[in-house]
Amino acid sequence: MTALDDTDRRILNRLQEGFPITPHPFADVAAELGLEEDVLITRLARLKETRLITRFGPFYDAAAMGGAFCLCAMQVPEGDFDRVADLVNAHPEVAHNYERDHALNMWFVLATETEAGIGEVAKRIEAETGLTVLQFPKEHEFFIGFRVAA
Amino acid sequence: MSIDTTDRRLIEATQSGLPLVPEPYAAIAAGLGLDESEVMQRLQAMQDSGVIRRIAVAPNHYALGMVANGMTVWDVEDAVALNLGAQIGTLDFVSHCYLRPRALPDWPYNLFAMVHGKTRDEVATKRAEIRALLGDALRSDDILYSTRILKKTGLRLGKG
Repeated sequence: MTALDDTDRRILNRLQEGFPITPHPFADVAAELGLEEDVLITRLARLKETRLITRFGPFYDAAAMGGAFCLCAMQVPEGDFDRVADLVNAHPEVAHNYERDHALNMWFVLATETEAGIGEVAKRIEAETGLTVLQFPKEHEFFIGFRVAA
Repeated sequence: MSIDTTDRRLIEATQSGLPLVPEPYAAIAAGLGLDESEVMQRLQAMQDSGVIRRIAVAPNHYALGMVANGMTVWDVEDAVALNLGAQIGTLDFVSHCYLRPRALPDWPYNLFAMVHGKTRDEVATKRAEIRALLGDALRSDDILYSTRILKKTGLRLGKG
């Protein structure tokens, strides 16, 4: 399933930390890892083609661009779940929506152009579904890192 | 930071990824009719101001065999939440960690940490490691596994 060798793991772990904004960034990272530039590029291309990485590039923060994000949760009666999911998903502001095994069984992320937009969409969803939307805005984000076990 | 029309074009050109060529910024610049130096300057400015969180790879947890993904949630004392969140964030099996407001009485938890493993047993073991790290500061905790993806769309840039 995971056709990763040690070099792939080192590449994945290094490139989760960031990528230089320099004229020859692959050459710079390759030198750090003791690789040739073309080897690094070829391996990255293969990791992308085989979908072992979903994305390689800038991660933009919509909040820093003036938009807002908010994690929300609802307690949806079991028999009504699919109908409510359709109502919620119909909003273009709903970016992700997951069913989870908890009394609060629907968890979705709202992404809006303005901070005020979050509350407005949440209110609309409450009116449409008759259910309470709990809002869990991010107060602090800690270092995000995920290492591929060697 | 306010972003201008050129920044938006740059964001649109790069939000699905960087080209895998020796001079990726020059390649992007050529596509947009800009200078390489301007592209690099603008990306650097956006990174410095936090519009770009980082330029990096996103591993596919599922394809890497990490098919068990649990949202662990923790109720810890507010006074130590920032410090403990930072410690959880350094664990190599945690991909995201956030401090969020509680929603009492339904939801007493203020720290959220996504934990990935090959099996639910492995995730449970890792959850126990976090519990041990939190020690006496921990009041209660839970774990929520996702059972279905109902919707998943990428970041869509609004019209500026």
